[in-house]
Amino acid sequence: MTAIDPTAHLTDEQIEELGRELDAIRDEVIASRGEKDAAYIRKVISVQRRLELTSRGILLFSIFPPAWLIGTAGLSVAKILENMEIGHNVLHGQWDWMRDPKIHSTTWEWDHVSPAEQWKHSHNQLHHTYTNVIGKDNDLGYGIMRVDEDQKWHPMHLGQPLWNFINACFFEYGIAAYDLELGKNLHKRRRNNPEFRARAKAVGRKIRKQVLKDYVIHPLLSGPSFLTTLAATFTANLVRNLWSHSVIMCGHFPEGVAVFERRSIKGETRGQWYLRQMMGSANISGSKAMHIMTGNLSHQIEHHLFPDLPSNRYAEVAVKVKALFEKYELDYVSGPLPKQVFSAWHKVFRLSLPNKKVKQTPKKTEKELVAA
Amino acid sequence: MTSVALRSRAWKLLELVTTPLLPSDYLDLVSPLRAGADLRGRIEAIHPETGDAATVVIKPGRGWRGHVAGQYIRVGIDVDGVRLWRAYSVTSPTSRADGRITITVKAIPDGKVSNHLVRKARPGTVIHLDQATGEFVLPKTRPAKVLFLTAGSGITPAMGMLRDTRLADVVMIHSAPRKQDVIFRNDLHDLVADKALRLLELHTDTDGMLDVARLQDLVPDWAERETWACGPAGLLDAAEEHWARHGVSERLHTERFRPSVVVAGDGGEVTFGKTGKTVEADGATPLLDVGEGAGVLMPSGCRMGICFGCVTPLKSGAVRDLRTGEITEAENGVLVQTCVSAAAGPCELER
Ligand code: FES
Repeated sequence: MTAIDPTAHLTDEQIEELGRELDAIRDEVIASRGEKDAAYIRKVISVQRRLELTSRGILLFSIFPPAWLIGTAGLSVAKILENMEIGHNVLHGQWDWMRDPKIHSTTWEWDHVSPAEQWKHSHNQLHHTYTNVIGKDNDLGYGIMRVDEDQKWHPMHLGQPLWNFINACFFEYGIAAYDLELGKNLHKRRRNNPEFRARAKAVGRKIRKQVLKDYVIHPLLSGPSFLTTLAATFTANLVRNLWSHSVIMCGHFPEGVAVFERRSIKGETRGQWYLRQMMGSANISGSKAMHIMTGNLSHQIEHHLFPDLPSNRYAEVAVKVKALFEKYELDYVSGPLPKQVFSAWHKVFRLSLPNKKVKQTPKKTEKELVAA
Repeated sequence: MTSVALRSRAWKLLELVTTPLLPSDYLDLVSPLRAGADLRGRIEAIHPETGDAATVVIKPGRGWRGHVAGQYIRVGIDVDGVRLWRAYSVTSPTSRADGRITITVKAIPDGKVSNHLVRKARPGTVIHLDQATGEFVLPKTRPAKVLFLTAGSGITPAMGMLRDTRLADVVMIHSAPRKQDVIFRNDLHDLVADKALRLLELHTDTDGMLDVARLQDLVPDWAERETWACGPAGLLDAAEEHWARHGVSERLHTERFRPSVVVAGDGGEVTFGKTGKTVEADGATPLLDVGEGAGVLMPSGCRMGICFGCVTPLKSGAVRDLRTGEITEAENGVLVQTCVSAAAGPCELER
């Protein structure tokens, strides 16, 4: 809504046709889901568990610096895999079709302080349905940041680069608070709502278990390596938080991604919904390892179009989706991680100041958009 | 402290170490058949029996509690990545020295699991098992005279019993389309040669179907025999009627494997099992709307098939995915997204 509407050149018929073409891509993947996909997720889960066990084993001797380094690196990677490629995607129901009760959105619990159940509500339901709709999708700035020129500036926003950095370091706690809608619910009247209290209790329980595991039990098991193991798990959690925060910022924050007004989604058709997902998401380009480490959220555009398709299929889907972007003359926002992270942070800084204080990003004219 | 209490303490501690997973999630990686694990088995060999039937040798996990001859087990196996469960009679004797069990599977047309087991499954595959169950067994005191009335793969539970117990006087009437279709034909003829069995083998392609009315000629003392019948529904229906007509129903034991086949239609009666409500639904209305319309509390979220907040167990019948047209039939543990599924014939949801 800031720049000119980048989809203005499309007619209603074209948008519906686009929707049908995307449906066809989805159907094709669903019809061909099978053994290979199942083997993929089982393999990732097995590798992750072995890596975590080995790393924790090595950390028992973390008093020796090389052990600390290897163990911490391994645990960080294991935690990233667990949250991104496994947890996030299983909780999206991407693997429910396997009918394996152990790899199922209704039974999975992840290594994160937000209980799976609550996260599924705020993420799968609110964020994925209302992607980038200001006021409805709280993932936009997590309720603590100004993410669009059209949002009113407030002196509080001056601090947003700092909030964002703190949020990145303790991202899992930020998410838990966000899933609880803490800001809204801490008001006196809402605090005592039994439903809120039950959810807050569940978060408390989860935090207790997670903290006990990472900061008490495993350090204790390490005996003389108590302190170094403690530092190692803290580091691994920090690395995981910074990493997932970066990846997620790249999904909807970089320049070129559109946000939408609440009004604009009234009576939205399937084609329009698809179009909003296309314009509201951005990809990260990179190697296969990069895609796995981001939980394939590097294919954020494809993920937002088809949140329930198995993550290992997004790469092949991306080729077809990209072709549709070209066909309909839309801007496929993608770039390498450093560039996208910089772009997102740049926006955080830029919007921390009132509009007139900064040079606005030059708005592309329709012609330029078509040519892009 | 007792050792049991001590063990459960230790386990609790271990759970703290592995949270949010369970210790078993890690142990399953290295030892899926250990004691205390969910019951599984490993396929060790697959021997062809006929052109479309094979015997699968399974090493059951440590939790296996054994079976009684004639009982069946439910087997869960991943076919094209999807876990499917089917029931098969155990065909090995209870006394098998190596502790292995066998099931014998006939590939039925379009049968996903049976075709997979007969033609594609490989030794080494870990499968999921349920403990043996079923009432289709010999009583403790062996009856003096026994009759087995079997057809096709209905031979399997009878074979389990014949291999397990030597019976004094046993007759079997077995039907199969052709000679080469008779599962266990060699074993049966060995038993005959041993005088352990009197066998009437019927090849229905040439001899025609067994007419139960002819039983009097084939086995004159049939009414005195304790009878176990297993085979297609037609045969069992006819047998039940025949035994009832002669007032000897209590001597007939039957086993039916394939419960009524689901016929997927367009719309149908939707039952909400927990609330006990039943409503008529068309083939285009999402079950979520149907339930809410009937005043049933339905979980929901995005209402467009993306959040998986509405998944609900499908207890019976079939539903159609409104986006792809795909039909899902009820099976143990099958959950459906009610916001994008409509009734495909009568069905029951757990709500
Ligand atoms: S309500 Fe979201 S998937 Fe059904």
